Amino acid sequence: MKWALVGVIVFSTIVSDLLQSYEMKRHGEIHFRRGGLPRVFGRLCLRWRLLLAVLFLALSFFAFMKLLTVADLTFAVPATAATYVFETVLARLLLKEQVSGRRWAGAGLVACGVAFLAL
Amino acid sequence: MRPKTALTAAAVVASNVLGNFCLSLGLKQAAPLTASPLSYLSAFLSPWVVLGVALLILWMLTRVALLSWADLSFVLPVTAAGYVLTALMGKMFLAEQIGPARWAGTLLIVAGVALVSVTPPRTTRAARPAAGESAR
Repeated sequence: MKWALVGVIVFSTIVSDLLQSYEMKRHGEIHFRRGGLPRVFGRLCLRWRLLLAVLFLALSFFAFMKLLTVADLTFAVPATAATYVFETVLARLLLKEQVSGRRWAGAGLVACGVAFLAL
Repeated sequence: MRPKTALTAAAVVASNVLGNFCLSLGLKQAAPLTASPLSYLSAFLSPWVVLGVALLILWMLTRVALLSWADLSFVLPVTAAGYVLTALMGKMFLAEQIGPARWAGTLLIVAGVALVSVTPPRTTRAARPAAGESAR
């Protein structure tokens, strides 16, 4: 049960983030100008990849709440740290981002740090 | 880092930390959640829960905006600074004890954030904004 929930959380977080990043790269940089933002965000609601990303985010959120009822926070937090490493790998492979040595090291440090928080 | 990137990343972190803080405060005061959807709805009677959800919506919007010009492999580690702030808020406002392992974890995250934040935020080719899709 515990590990199945961790699987659901990690998988849905990864899918949500990849969809968001992919769609926003296609969209191009948002410029903050007075009055324009509500329209921009309103239009973003029409993009199906972003809607799907919100659904996966909600799935991950409810699975995390469910996990907290069957496992300790000290188990739940480090389990989610795995997403940092997986997502960096997938950002390199699927989103074609150039992940430099610094970024690999940074993502690794963050993942270790998050895992440490639960000790 | 451009000021725009730094400010937006700070907004992502702040809305996430404050949102989770309000949500946790509200849910602790509310009746325990059960399997019934009604218990989730009644949790919304708490102003802390409403404020928390509003802040988390703001988190989602600022994060999507940041992803429109910064890489996922940049945004993820940099916004992990939230873990550090959460630990500090727990210590300051909720009088939680932070043991050596937690401080070590916090320092590792700070080091990771510092390393990634000096890399260029975008390494892929910038998309040409389609007509009418950028804010005017």
